[in-house]
Amino acid sequence: MVDVIVFGVSAAIILGGALGVIINSHPVRAALSLVASFFGVAVLFVQQQAHFLAVVQVVVYAGAIVVLFLFVIMLLGVDSVDNIADEPLAGQRVTALLLGGMLLALILGGLFLSGPGLDTDGALALTGQSSQTAAVNQLDESQSDIDLLADDLFTRNLLSFEATALLLTIATVGAVVLVRNRGGEDLAVDEPGSAKR
Amino acid sequence: MEVTATWYLVLSAVLFSMGFVGLLVRRNPLIMFMCIELMLNAVNISFVAFSNALDDIAGRTAVFFVLVVAAAEVVVGLSLVVALMRRRPSLSVDDLTSLRG
Repeated sequence: MVDVIVFGVSAAIILGGALGVIINSHPVRAALSLVASFFGVAVLFVQQQAHFLAVVQVVVYAGAIVVLFLFVIMLLGVDSVDNIADEPLAGQRVTALLLGGMLLALILGGLFLSGPGLDTDGALALTGQSSQTAAVNQLDESQSDIDLLADDLFTRNLLSFEATALLLTIATVGAVVLVRNRGGEDLAVDEPGSAKR
Repeated sequence: MEVTATWYLVLSAVLFSMGFVGLLVRRNPLIMFMCIELMLNAVNISFVAFSNALDDIAGRTAVFFVLVVAAAEVVVGLSLVVALMRRRPSLSVDDLTSLRG
């Protein structure tokens, strides 16, 4: 019963935060709604015994990524409220809602109409093999979440891990290249924030 | 009543659809990036739910990689936004038509 309450509260926070991101005209408020949503997801991770991922979720998403968002919003001017009442493309919202509803119906249809589902004999329905025999990487309750994850990451997924290291390096270099002020350009003219005295 | 994997998957589907609708509706590139983050989070929820249901750690490893890719994506995306804002006063994807043929 406690599980149900925790799930209900965090689901409400997640969906409320998501709604806040979509309908808030002010980017800062949208970013703060995003934090609420990320925290809800972290609670769901804790509920499913994924403690390390919950910590990483809070540190990386709610910490680093949202701070980066807020930093850019502030850098670009905090006053820029979107004109949300304005709809330049006629029928865009109705179409978007329709497409979103269709996507949701498609996913839920796939979930509920494709065989017995996860809860009866789920593993069999989803993968064609039962969870007892499938388990190469079986979750062992005696080991902590972080041990299992590290074991999987540094043995079976070592190459992917190296690739993500490369990806992060490329992203960092790319960010520097993109925002660098190429030689000779006058910063006072180029920067919208700089006051022209 | 017990919380089963299906509950998480339904929540994940709803969150993904909300992110999708937001991505289609909003015109501010920053908000659009936030909606992409919402969709990535929805996928993370279902990865962890599957990981628990199938008793397999691979789902959680996938979440780890999604986190890394999301961080890289945000860094590049936001620097694109900053670079664009230096040249254009308004912040709307409708104005970004330079690549149009």
